[in-house]
Amino acid sequence: MTTALPPVALLTAVAWSHVIRTGLIGAAVAVYACLVGIVPTFHERPMIQGIISLGQTALVLILLGTGYLAARRHAAGLTALTAGAVAGLIAGAGVTVLVIVGQLIDLRAVFSPASPALYDVVTFELGVAGAWIPAAFGIGLGMAAGGLSLLAPAVRRSIVNGLLAVLLLGLFAGLLRTPMLGSPLGGLARLLFASNGLTIAGAVISFVLVTAVSHVPRRVDIAQPIADLPVPQRRLLTLPFLIGGLILLLVIPQSLGPFFAQVIALVTIYVLMGFGLNITLGLAGLLDLGFVAFFAVGAYTVGLMTSTAEYGLLQWPFWAAVPFAVILAALFGGFLGLPILSIRGDYLAIATLGFGEIIRLLAGSDLLKVVLGGPRGIVNIPKPISVPPNHFLAGPDQIYYIALVCAALVGFVAWRLRASRLGRAWVAIREDEDVAEALGINLVNTKLLAYMLGAAFAGLGGAVFAGLVGSIFPSSIDLFVSINVAAIIIIGGMGSLPGVVVGAIFLIGIPELFREFSDYRFLFYGFALIAMMRFRPEGLIPSTIVARELHGDAEPEEPAPGPAPSAAAS
Amino acid sequence: MPLLVADKVTKRFGGLVAVRELDFVLEEGSIVSVIGPNGAGKTTFFNCVAGFYQIDDGTLTFDGKTIQHMRPDQIAQLGIARTYQNIRLFTNVTAIENVLIGQHRHLRSPWIASVLGTRGVRAEETAALDEARRLLVFAGLRGRGDVLAGKLPYGDQRRLEIARALATRPRLLLLDEPTAGMNPAETGGMTKFISKLRDELGLTILLIEHEMRVVMGISERITVLDYGEKIAEGTPRQIQTNPRVIEAYLGRGYLERQEQRQRTAAGDTAAAGET
Repeated sequence: MTTALPPVALLTAVAWSHVIRTGLIGAAVAVYACLVGIVPTFHERPMIQGIISLGQTALVLILLGTGYLAARRHAAGLTALTAGAVAGLIAGAGVTVLVIVGQLIDLRAVFSPASPALYDVVTFELGVAGAWIPAAFGIGLGMAAGGLSLLAPAVRRSIVNGLLAVLLLGLFAGLLRTPMLGSPLGGLARLLFASNGLTIAGAVISFVLVTAVSHVPRRVDIAQPIADLPVPQRRLLTLPFLIGGLILLLVIPQSLGPFFAQVIALVTIYVLMGFGLNITLGLAGLLDLGFVAFFAVGAYTVGLMTSTAEYGLLQWPFWAAVPFAVILAALFGGFLGLPILSIRGDYLAIATLGFGEIIRLLAGSDLLKVVLGGPRGIVNIPKPISVPPNHFLAGPDQIYYIALVCAALVGFVAWRLRASRLGRAWVAIREDEDVAEALGINLVNTKLLAYMLGAAFAGLGGAVFAGLVGSIFPSSIDLFVSINVAAIIIIGGMGSLPGVVVGAIFLIGIPELFREFSDYRFLFYGFALIAMMRFRPEGLIPSTIVARELHGDAEPEEPAPGPAPSAAAS
Repeated sequence: MPLLVADKVTKRFGGLVAVRELDFVLEEGSIVSVIGPNGAGKTTFFNCVAGFYQIDDGTLTFDGKTIQHMRPDQIAQLGIARTYQNIRLFTNVTAIENVLIGQHRHLRSPWIASVLGTRGVRAEETAALDEARRLLVFAGLRGRGDVLAGKLPYGDQRRLEIARALATRPRLLLLDEPTAGMNPAETGGMTKFISKLRDELGLTILLIEHEMRVVMGISERITVLDYGEKIAEGTPRQIQTNPRVIEAYLGRGYLERQEQRQRTAAGDTAAAGET
């Protein structure tokens, strides 16, 4: 019945204000993306060969999002389409205005990316004559998003999955294509991927395939029966997956090339340090922003003990130096920790932040130049395992494997400690220091142990890093190392070990893979952190609740009378 | 033999004297209540005993040892456990984990052994888990162990806090308003539970309480504080009829009206307690 009314009358005054506000926000985001250079920089990389670039994709996503947010509130067909179209129009018109204004006034004095190249990107090479194009696209995409919001949730989810698949495949096309070309999948790779980005056929195939697959209703839920199995059988069932995952971890660098090996070696080092800080921050709740200090102690110890160049003292092999690096870092942690551990909360963060900076300045200072080499650092740190140049362990693969083993070791220690008396004391301190103390937990000892163990693992990370890079400079001891590791834990989920892995891939791996866009790395960080705090403050993979009363190691208790205990526990 | 002795304990906050020259003796195995109007210094006294506050004057003796210079964890190690007026559980971990944390002082595994997972550690952990389950059942929390402590209903949170305190195997349990915010049925259950703690576990219990039915029902002796000073001490009967207590709680006016009424009714019945 509503379709008989003209569209304008369908939207009440309140709804209009929402649509316009959403449109204006969309316009601001789109113009911002253009002016800071995201759109022109990302334009360098094709998304679908010959059709759309990554930069244009960014704009398309902004317009689609604007339309969707504006249309979401409306259930009626025409209203939703109108709302989406109007909001999209406003957002697109923002870019149109930018093109026209840019033609009249040279904006480059303030915004250097606002060059004719930018205007060509958004108008498909038409320049000011095509200024109407963004606005037109806005209407179309906004209406499409409005249509999307009208679909049944299951259908919408399938389509969104299809679009996401195209987006992800397009983003990682170069990465996936190289290894596939050398394998029996070469034909498939040539069909799906262009030299960079997807082919048209590839985009269509992946969209249709993923949409179809995710729309097939799942008649059987596999997770539930597995969870219901008794513990030994469940373990048996997960074993193949574990082995498969392990093999995958081992062959990844071999199959994806040296650049990728370097990236995942770095990711693994961050995972290792993340496991360490997870003890200090995730379990004991001590916000340590000077983590890089211990990383530096580890790296410099290895450098001094092994380097064959000027400042090397002992020319020891790498492995002989690692235990010293770890122990020294732990002692350093204790030394720095003792005076500051009675400081609580945010104040501790400030104090540790200071320590990190002191270490960085000391390493680069003239005072210690005779020992640490000043700004020129220590070079010629030997590879941990010396092999002939063509050996498969010659490149960064070697460090990846070493880091993997170290990370596994540290992860194991962290996991065992979490379920121990000490781990519980840490959690108690994180939750409520006063109460923990009143239960007989010695605050100083317990906190100091958390700090020292975290420092030891950071030292190990530094040692492996020195082995990876082969040198150590004061500039490597960056505050951002500390911030990266802390952000990994916050994004991944406080106290969660899988969260650390996911967080490291997300915050270290992905930015490394998109090196050409490194200018926007911290924009991405900020966006990710704000989005996480807003939408998922517990982290990507929050630490799980381990059921210990009813599913503990002991035999299950007799069923309790009355309501089922599992219902109470869920 | 007295378990806890306070001798002229004074605690000041700047110019405010929160507890003034308090003398207090707690016999082992008894249930004693501390009552008094808001701001009388009851919780401050608890915090002094538990080591949260350093007292300014006097001595505190627990089981023959002077404790006023000890840290809270050292005092906990001696066998004093407490609950809090506003429940302070570890809300982001499960109920059973709260109880396990409470057992901290009885577990001995060094952390290296925990990492290696030695036989001794595993045996200790299994025993600790069994003990924790037993305590949950004792506190009436069977089947709630795997719920996040913060998600438990209010009454269960109070019980869990006591279970956590019991996990430290204390000799003296300090309960700060254990029935605050409970309905009459819950209050009745809690009163029975507190009696059970003493009768079955042989604990000495010192409690702060506002609910007079609880106080009069289970306390053997009552100490009344007002403005940081002890104004009365005695059995529930003595306290109920003590004019200074009635004055502190209900004001002088009430007392005078009461006296008038009693005088007109029949002679002098007001039996003064020892003040």
